[in-house]
Amino acid sequence: MNRQRLSLWWFAGTLVFALLSMLVPLPGALEPFKPYWPALLLLYWSLESEDRVTLGLAFMVGLATDLLNGVVLGEQALRLTALVFIALRFRSRLRFFPMWQQALAVLALLLNDRILLLIVRVLAGASLPPASWWISPFVGAALWPFLFLLLDDLRARLRIQ
Amino acid sequence: MARTRDESSPLFAGNAAGTLRLIVYLALAVVLMVLDHRNGWLWRLRYATAAVVEPVYRLAGLPAAGIRAVSVTFADRQRLTEQNQRLREDLLLANAKLNRMAAVAEQNQRLKELLDTQHSLKLNVQLARVIGVDLGAYRYALTLNMGARDGVRPGQPVIDARGVMGQVKEVLPTTSMVMLITDPSHAIPVVIERTGLRTVAYGSRDGAQLSLPNIPQAADVRVGDKLLTSGLGGRFPPGFPVGEVRSVAPSASGMFLVAMARPSADLDRSEDVLLLHDQAEPDGPPAPVTPMGPPRDLAPAASASASASAPSAASGVRR
Repeated sequence: MNRQRLSLWWFAGTLVFALLSMLVPLPGALEPFKPYWPALLLLYWSLESEDRVTLGLAFMVGLATDLLNGVVLGEQALRLTALVFIALRFRSRLRFFPMWQQALAVLALLLNDRILLLIVRVLAGASLPPASWWISPFVGAALWPFLFLLLDDLRARLRIQ
Repeated sequence: MARTRDESSPLFAGNAAGTLRLIVYLALAVVLMVLDHRNGWLWRLRYATAAVVEPVYRLAGLPAAGIRAVSVTFADRQRLTEQNQRLREDLLLANAKLNRMAAVAEQNQRLKELLDTQHSLKLNVQLARVIGVDLGAYRYALTLNMGARDGVRPGQPVIDARGVMGQVKEVLPTTSMVMLITDPSHAIPVVIERTGLRTVAYGSRDGAQLSLPNIPQAADVRVGDKLLTSGLGGRFPPGFPVGEVRSVAPSASGMFLVAMARPSADLDRSEDVLLLHDQAEPDGPPAPVTPMGPPRDLAPAASASASASAPSAASGVRR
């Protein structure tokens, strides 16, 4: 019972941490290297505990991120729902990939996410972003193995689901 | 112990219900986006939930503030002394300039009074601090630690010591968002200081420059020319530095010259900014005068006749 509650807090805490790290600014030169944290954390949880992560949760997290830093309400809800849907659909296969293949899959998912964002922004009338805008998915994919191992290790240490 | 492969863990989860739910959520998101794009719900929602949103902004701003505090704490004595010395010299210079300006300003005031105009050189400003929050919109926005409760209104110009930074776009109770002049959807009317040529400076895609895309071919524009606000349009008061021309080239169509300029304000380094309170007097024809009724002291005596004369007055307006 207590352990279940702890694991729920841990789950919610990582998502809140993702939202905060998304808002924290980096020095100007590092700015394009910032990964899309909410997507990475949601991906991790959708691979590790599928019963918690549903499309509805992804949608709500997306709305929360929109409320905090969105340009349009619903933009990140759309992106995160699509991302989680693909991750859940290929979950069984992604879980058994070796790490480098998993990282490549994450790269594909994040690139797909950027393309979705680009479509939304261009349809909303924004101008095309600079080339450095495409670096972020690669950083996210490069960070993925470390993030995955770190979170798995912490989970094992805290003995939570 | 092999897990039986059932619905809860399908290798190829191809159930239609999941797809249907996806479509419902995506449609919901698209509807939200369209409605928000039309009506600007996001900021109203942000305003309504400000009690949650603003602490998150402050919390996210803590690391940047912490780094700043640490860098001040551990900055070595020599550097601080040097900085102090430089600031003293700057202050001395600025004061000397101000003293000379004061006489000119007074003269200007007297001459303007003679000319019976209302423009003044006084500045009514409010100091605000930048909160380090990344709002994700390609870095064309700043968050300030002052909002509606401090009297900030959308449209107020924001400047720093070197020039115009942008204007307040959205206001929350205790924070506000500033749209920078380098935002591609921002335009600011400028005048070139040397020649007096009026034009418009737009933001540019890379977010660090201003572009002036429609300068007439025959105009005299050189690298190094200073841009000032022209005060046209009534949003920015005239005479503030905006930028400095860095390159001039013919446009792709060959009809105009295109100049690129570097903003004079430290858009990505300023920590303290000034919010201007008096907005510029709008140029153009004066606002239409509201039609006045008969003097109030006449009303009780002729209340019956006033109600009778109302239709005729209305028809008089229509005519």
